[in-house]
Amino acid sequence: MPRFATVLFLAGFAFLLFTLTLTLGFGEPPMRAGQGVLDQAVAGTGAANAVSAVLLGFRGLDTLGELSILFAAATAGGLVLGHRRPAPDAAAAGAILQAGTRLLFPLMLVVGFYIILHGHLTPGGGFQGGVILAAAFFLPVLAGIGAGPDHALLRVVEGLAGTAFILIGLAALWGGSVFLEPLLVRPADLHALFSAGTLPLLYLAVGLKVGAELAGLLASMARPGGGEA
Amino acid sequence: MFWLLLGIVVLMLTSAVLVLVLDNLLAALAASSVVSLALALVFVILRAPDVAMTEAAVGAGLSALILVLALRRLGLVGAGGARDGENGDA
Repeated sequence: MPRFATVLFLAGFAFLLFTLTLTLGFGEPPMRAGQGVLDQAVAGTGAANAVSAVLLGFRGLDTLGELSILFAAATAGGLVLGHRRPAPDAAAAGAILQAGTRLLFPLMLVVGFYIILHGHLTPGGGFQGGVILAAAFFLPVLAGIGAGPDHALLRVVEGLAGTAFILIGLAALWGGSVFLEPLLVRPADLHALFSAGTLPLLYLAVGLKVGAELAGLLASMARPGGGEA
Repeated sequence: MFWLLLGIVVLMLTSAVLVLVLDNLLAALAASSVVSLALALVFVILRAPDVAMTEAAVGAGLSALILVLALRRLGLVGAGGARDGENGDA
């Protein structure tokens, strides 16, 4: 009987895909808001990267929601993983991992901050850069050649970054515009780092918050003894 | 371009099947990272570099890191081969 259910599910899934491919042309999404947003995105926010312009300028509140979801997930993960467990005897890291970590750590730091700070100009942004930063701080732990990031410091950085994001949004509100509306907008310039008003600051806050959150989650997963730091 | 995409898709499907088939858990993890990296390549070809970067950083990097840590926490990294052998025999 389970086999029959599987076949039924697969047939239904195939039928669904078949119908979708028949009725929807490839590359022609039935969405009408997209072109309007694209037309004003770069001029309206001053960010040369249209994706960042949409992410922070048009739907900054959604980005704040994503940050909250990530925060809740990281907190829940830390809560579940904080239990004491018998420490498994971790195998020593190999020579490739150790040497690669020494080589990659500074490189990943630079790349992570570059991606965060240039999010409004080139592809990338706070989320991607933050993930790279978290991974960078975590490599030494995996290789066994250093302690993980300090948990208390991570918590401070995360809190400050989240507060900064909301404060920037409130500043826009205080100036008479909408919450999280981009301020100090100037014409977009691909070659100017300080060009998109408050968007780079928002991205810096997002990057630091994501990086600190994920690093904290990884640290609580890696700590064999568990418990609060 | 079509053949390049087809090659990438075949690579993705092969690695995805390998994830299920491989006995060594670390190797299966590496195969799942290959799926994400190939998907990032597809996003670049489709001219979505932002999505490609996210896919490479989160799908290939961070999730692999989290899964490795989970394996280490469960004690399956060091003694992975022996346990998998037992599972395979059973």
